[in-house]
Amino acid sequence: MNCCGTNPGYEEIDEVSRLVAAKLAAFLKTLRESDFAVGLQEGQDAAALMAAGYAEKPGLLRSALKHLFSARKSDWDRFDGLFDAFWLGKRVRSRSTTKGSAKTANSPSLKNLQDSKSQPSAGGAATDQIPASDEAGEDHSGEGRREGASLAENLTEIDFRKMTDPEQIEQAHEVAARLARTMRTRLTRRDLARRRGYRLDLRRTIHSNISHGGVPISLVKRQRKEKPLRLVMLLDASGSMSMYTGVFLRFIHGVLDEFREAEAFLFHTRLAHVSDAMKEKDASRALDRLSIMAQGAGGGTRIGESLQTFNRWHAARVLHSRSCVMIVSDGYETGDAGLLGREMAALAKRCRRIVWLNPMIAWEGYSPEAAGIKAALPYIDLYAPANTLKSLTELEPYLAKL
Amino acid sequence: MIQTKRENTLAMKTRDEIAQALAGTGYIADAELASAISLMQLLQRPLLLEGEAGVGKTVVAKALASVHATELIRLQCYEGLDQSAALYEWNYQRQLLSIQAHRGEDADAIEDYIFSEKYLLERPLLAAIRRDKPPVLLIDEIDRADDEFEAFLLELLSDFQVSIPELGTISATTTPHVVLTSNGTRELSDALRRRCLYHYVDYPDVDREARIIMARINGTTASLSLQIARMVEGIRKEELRKVPGVAETLDWAAALVGIGVRDLREAPETVHETLMCLLKTHEDKSRVTREVSERLLGKVA
Repeated sequence: MNCCGTNPGYEEIDEVSRLVAAKLAAFLKTLRESDFAVGLQEGQDAAALMAAGYAEKPGLLRSALKHLFSARKSDWDRFDGLFDAFWLGKRVRSRSTTKGSAKTANSPSLKNLQDSKSQPSAGGAATDQIPASDEAGEDHSGEGRREGASLAENLTEIDFRKMTDPEQIEQAHEVAARLARTMRTRLTRRDLARRRGYRLDLRRTIHSNISHGGVPISLVKRQRKEKPLRLVMLLDASGSMSMYTGVFLRFIHGVLDEFREAEAFLFHTRLAHVSDAMKEKDASRALDRLSIMAQGAGGGTRIGESLQTFNRWHAARVLHSRSCVMIVSDGYETGDAGLLGREMAALAKRCRRIVWLNPMIAWEGYSPEAAGIKAALPYIDLYAPANTLKSLTELEPYLAKL
Repeated sequence: MIQTKRENTLAMKTRDEIAQALAGTGYIADAELASAISLMQLLQRPLLLEGEAGVGKTVVAKALASVHATELIRLQCYEGLDQSAALYEWNYQRQLLSIQAHRGEDADAIEDYIFSEKYLLERPLLAAIRRDKPPVLLIDEIDRADDEFEAFLLELLSDFQVSIPELGTISATTTPHVVLTSNGTRELSDALRRRCLYHYVDYPDVDREARIIMARINGTTASLSLQIARMVEGIRKEELRKVPGVAETLDWAAALVGIGVRDLREAPETVHETLMCLLKTHEDKSRVTREVSERLLGKVA
């Protein structure tokens, strides 16, 4: 807003222009509230445009400012409405909807938290919504089947749901750590001068051999520089996933330990950034804290809204083109599946790979029927089961290739 | 600052004049693109064009170059694009020869000599800032390059200077007109987006597409162009995997004119057979059957 006040071109201009500048500043504020990336430079440029005669006709000004202030397709599409609403006083839909959706995204989660606080004695199951209690029913039948099948005490094939022994859980942590090691680095084409490289660096070679009369005696070579892969984990901590959350929290802890670049998020009806809490040295303490948090809100899952929050607030900072996003969820979306599809598309553009681990795949008779997972499937690079240690280890070769 | 910009606007044309000048080179711009280009001149900012493949993003730069009667310098981005391919490179062969020729002289002197301007090979970005007349610099498909290159480009676009360790800093003699294009396969950084003016290039509407065909293809009549444009619009509404762009439309129009079709309705067979100009995957080809093409043809009339 200050941008217009500090603009040197305005000092000699009369009161009318001052009013225009104030109006422009207010417009910039409106744009910022609507999620446009508008900086000081843009404000000055806009003032310059108005001074250069672009403000004569509203159509001309709209088109000029549209190019200046938009940075992406979504801005581009919304701009005309915002402009008309602000400068021409027309009613507009787009702005009110963005505001409205933000509120609906927040309020239910708040309500959920209050609910869980008001009845602290009730377990996670008591606050579960109907779809979640459905899950619990399936749970038992699935368990029954599995018990009959695996008489051999093969640790790696035990479903996480039945893992209670601390030793086994420790092993889960180790597998996570091993996975993390194999995935940690990835080759890129950036070169770095090294003595034992595979490609000749002519520029440096010539530099160092001028004293030999240009005969390249000592060679300088280049080698690929290793660039870390960044892994971003999104863990579904809703009621239907409650049997698995514990082990995956362990897994995430291993990943955060081993990776130079990793971030972790938990989501149920809202999204929480948990990397910092998870980086706590004492693993079990961190886990306890998070488990409580995860259970507290264990109800329905709003994957779409959570992803929207992620794309909106975290993606730009957390993701780059060498990122892999790993979503661990059963795909039972209680919100709008269409929104989930759109947000997955946006996410797919930002990162290199999306891996979706679904503990439910391995269950007999499971097919991706949930509307949520159906909407998300086209954007997923790897859709795999993850209910036993073995299935996690089987991911290794794929993840190493990322 | 504003004063110099005003002079620029006086030198540069209004947006109608720009639209006319573009039309003169065979590019039919919509009003918004014309104003984007006039802003580019006024604010000296790069223009970022986004849109589907084949809607004519690259052609904008070409048309711009011919409007300004200046050179077009093109940098095609790809993954792994680095400084030596984009900015400058030393001419190693000549350097080696030169070292041989000056054998026995002082090593330091030779070093200074061979790392001089004479042995520098310009790559597109360096070339663009060292021309006497500002060229149009087209950075094509920036979304294919990696993050590092984007950051490096950002630095160049904000200061228009390049530092070469052996030579020092080279400042721009002129500021080029920079056009960036992106197909949206990767999200660009916010910093780069903010630096640029943004224009989304959409598929043209029927009227504009017909005018594009008229401007580009010799021997089309107004009615045939309109028919072709309507037909293409219909095809774009089918659920295709690869939606035909303007380039494909032009191919198809050229094919039809070459075969000698005067009216699409009189030659439904030819129309269906030449649809290969528009449909580029097997799936799309099998989706647009003879019945579909005839149905679309019926709407054209």
